[in-house]
This record gives sequence, structure tokens and C-alpha cells, in this order.
Amino acid sequence: MSGYRARRRAEDEAAREWKGGCRSYDVVKEFCIAVGVVLAITLVLTILFSSPDDPPSTIRQWSRADPVDFVTTAVSELDGSSTTAGYGPPYNHASSGQHEWFIRPQKWLGVSHPIDTTQDFVLAPLSSITGQPALQSAISSYKSASSKQQSAWADGYTKALNNAKANPDGSITVPPGSYGPLPTLMNSLVAFAQAGGLDGALLTSKQFYQTDYTKPLLFMADGGLLASRAKQQHLLGTQWGIMNETGSYPGQSWLWLYTFWYQIKPFSTSSNADILVMTVMAVLSLALVLIPLIPGIRDIPRWIPIYKLIWRDHYRFIGQRR
Amino acid sequence: MSVLSDKPAGVRRRSWTVALRERAVAALPPEKLLADKQPSYVSSWIYVFGVLSLASLVVIIGSGTILALKGPAWWHFTGVGHFFNSIHLWSVELFFFVMVIHLWGKYWMAAWRGGRVRTWVTGAVTFLVAIPCALTGYVSQQNFDSQWISAQAKDAMNAVGIGSFFNLLNFGQMYSYHVLLLPVAVVALVVAHVLLVRKYGVVPPFELRELKARAMAAQPEDG
Repeated sequence: MSGYRARRRAEDEAAREWKGGCRSYDVVKEFCIAVGVVLAITLVLTILFSSPDDPPSTIRQWSRADPVDFVTTAVSELDGSSTTAGYGPPYNHASSGQHEWFIRPQKWLGVSHPIDTTQDFVLAPLSSITGQPALQSAISSYKSASSKQQSAWADGYTKALNNAKANPDGSITVPPGSYGPLPTLMNSLVAFAQAGGLDGALLTSKQFYQTDYTKPLLFMADGGLLASRAKQQHLLGTQWGIMNETGSYPGQSWLWLYTFWYQIKPFSTSSNADILVMTVMAVLSLALVLIPLIPGIRDIPRWIPIYKLIWRDHYRFIGQRR
Repeated sequence: MSVLSDKPAGVRRRSWTVALRERAVAALPPEKLLADKQPSYVSSWIYVFGVLSLASLVVIIGSGTILALKGPAWWHFTGVGHFFNSIHLWSVELFFFVMVIHLWGKYWMAAWRGGRVRTWVTGAVTFLVAIPCALTGYVSQQNFDSQWISAQAKDAMNAVGIGSFFNLLNFGQMYSYHVLLLPVAVVALVVAHVLLVRKYGVVPPFELRELKARAMAAQPEDG
């Protein structure tokens, strides 16, 4: 083994400087030709395949296409049972987030984008609607009720939504029951959303210009619209998720290894899948960078002599000369 | 120039500019930086993929600059905009394709030999930094792909704590990362990588044992 190491060191040292022959070479010309070739290939691909551009979904669209799913999601935001409501950092303190042993970076970095789904997704947008005394009264009624009462209303209403019917005017009808102010709140919210008001209300912050879509995207992701579109386009996590894109385009194929882990156990069944996959990828990425320093991995090119193929002209020339 | 050369040597040495120039030229003389000769063993198609990676990056930056000049919404509403977006997309696809082949080629050459570890490291880190650069592009498209990819990928960022300063759902932040911060990092790494390649050259081939043995056996006769 020490003989092998000594030989490897000698080989390494011998590779420092090339003392053999050279040939003429025009680096600038080579680069210009390469740019021309790449440009030509991209132009051909552009002309043949263009690029995908499926329009984004809106809350307005969603509430019109599937008002029952919209209202079901809105009730889960109101009673704090939605995915976002229970997410934890960076949105709220509802849970401590994912962890790996004692390592809890999600918790340690804290709540940087505070979101109270009850207030931000439902009550605040409804409070911005003026000229509807019945709605304002329903909001007051909901706010002044005990949390036990609020949960009872929400539970009953959620169950009733399983048998809800969408009306031609866009509203929904649920079987009669004791739901408190929820029917008023939800019918107002769905009407507001169908008119496009909720898209704007969830973007509103302290200033005129807006570029942060965190709230509307989280709200939509809690519902079924995005997932149903993604399923049609083979974009779900179980379908190799984000490495694909709409249509038959190659997408981010370089993410294949990252996406691969989500398809197999224990990652596919773990509630801490994301931190586990990111840890595996961090280790593998570090290994890629440090290949020259990792015994075994750095020696494979010596053991499997693909280099003989790469430098076959050189070896043939040397062989003939000798 | 004449004024500088008139001054005593001690005064000239104190100039930071002169010191930087002298160090730069000593490290990488012009004839090495823009060499007109290359080792005879550089004779394989695999060598083409390095320069193709650079060429793809040039097309990415060119098409991306045009898209940036017209604003993020332009390409959705005009045929010309969509055309440049397609060029941008396909040059990115090509960039990763040729870069991965380049990386594999260099692995099988054990291209880090002979003091070239830093060349390998800068190349590998460039590949890793290019991935979030592309991801931020995908989530800045302002279409359904952006919505879905950002909603899905945010969980991985949040799980490791990155989400607090790298929020995939914040279009403005992602656009800044995509058009400035990450491209600057990629270009800086590529420049460092290319300068290291120019300084240390491409790695020479392994010496074949059979050829070495044949040469040694032939030596007494030659002598």
C-alpha cells in the first residue's frame, strides 16, 4: 500500500509540468467558434421547441372553478388546521419544524415571515370589505366567541362542506346545521375572492409596491388547485417534482439526485424528509468538491483506465516514437 | 511612464498599483494567459466541453441581459420576448449538459493531479452555485412553474433555516438573487477557474506502465 502511495505521489509530481511537445493553438478563435456553435444550437432548439409558459393560477380563478375547495381551505386557515397554520418557522410558532437529532435550524432561525392565517388570510381581508353590516357583525360574533365555540363551528362546517353544493352564482350551500357566523363569513370571502379582491388583499403590505407573494402562494398551496394542476403536468413530489416543468421540457434535470431521495425510504415516509435530503445533498456536494482529497474516490480514475480512451492519440504517438 | 521610471526604485516599490501589476504578471505572464501553444496531448473531443461551458455562459448572460433590460413581464406578452426567453432556457439547459460532461471528463483524467486541486475545487463549486442560480430563475418566471416550484422547494429551504433569508415565494428577492447576486458569484468562480487553468495548464496524461517498461527495456540498446 505504501508502494502504491509512493507511486501515486510520484505520478502526481510528474504531472506538475508538461515537458513534452506542444502544438499551435488559437484560444481566442476557439472561444469565438464555441460561442457561435452554442448560439446556433440554442437557436435551433428555440425554433423547434420554444419554451413553456403556463399562466399562473389566481385565487379568483380558484374560487370560481372550485368554490367548495376554496371555502374548505379558508375554514382550515380560520381554525388553524391548515398546513401553513401548523407549519412553524419561518411563518409561526405552531410547531418547531423539521429536525435531525438535536439539530433544529428551522427553529433556531425563528419566525422571519410572521403569518397568522386566521387574521391574515380570512379576518383581515373580510374586515376590509365595507358597506356590509351583516358581515361586520359576523366578524365581531366570531371574534368574541370562545375558542371552544369557534372550533365547534369550524368542525361542524368542515364536515358539512363534504356535502356542499356550488350554486350557479358562485356561492355554496351546505346542509343546515349550527355553524354560527361561518356561513356569512365564508360566503362573503368566496364572493370577495371571485371578484379578485382577495388576490390583492393578500399582497397588501405597508407600502404601494409589492413583490412578495408569500401569503397568496401559501394560501393557494394549502388548497387543491395548484396540486391538481401539478398532477396533470406530472410535477408532484412523487413524480420527481421540481426537477420537471410543465409540458415535455427537460426542466431542472441537474436536480435529479436531489429529487431521487424523495422517492425512496426512509426519506419518502419521513416527516423530516426535507432536512434529511438536504443533509445528504450537503455531504455529497462537499464530497464532490473534495474528491481530490478523498482516498479511494480519487483513485478510481487510475483503476478504471478511461484515460486510455481520452488520451489514446497521445499514447499511440508515444508508443510509435518509442 | 517616463515620470515613474525617473523615480528611485524604493519609491516605485511603495506603489500598490505597481506591486499588484508585478504580482499579476509574475503569476500569469501574458504569453501564458493568452497562450498560442498547447501541449500535444490535448487531442480529444472531451476538451471541447470546457470551452462550450464558457460559451453557454456567454449566451446565458447575453439573453438574460436582454430579458432584464425589458423587465420580468415582457416575455409573457410579446413574441420577441418569448423568443429571448427560449434562448435563455435552452442555453441554460446546454450549459448544464456540457458542464456535467466537462466535470465527468475531468474526473476520469484525475485532473487535480500536479497541484491542480484548486482548479477542480473552483470548477465543482461553480457547478454547485449554478444550481441555485437556475432555481431562482425558474421561480422568477411568473408563471405556473414558478408557483409550483417555489411552493414545493420552500420546504427544503425552510427545513435547513435558509428560508429566513432566501424566501422562494418572494418574487422580488428571488429576482435579485437571479439577475445579480448568484450570476456575479458564478462569473467570479468561472474567472478564477479559467485563470487557474491558464496558470497551471491542463493535466498531463498518466504515464502508461507498459510504455515506461518498454522505454526502460530499450534504453541499454539505445545507449
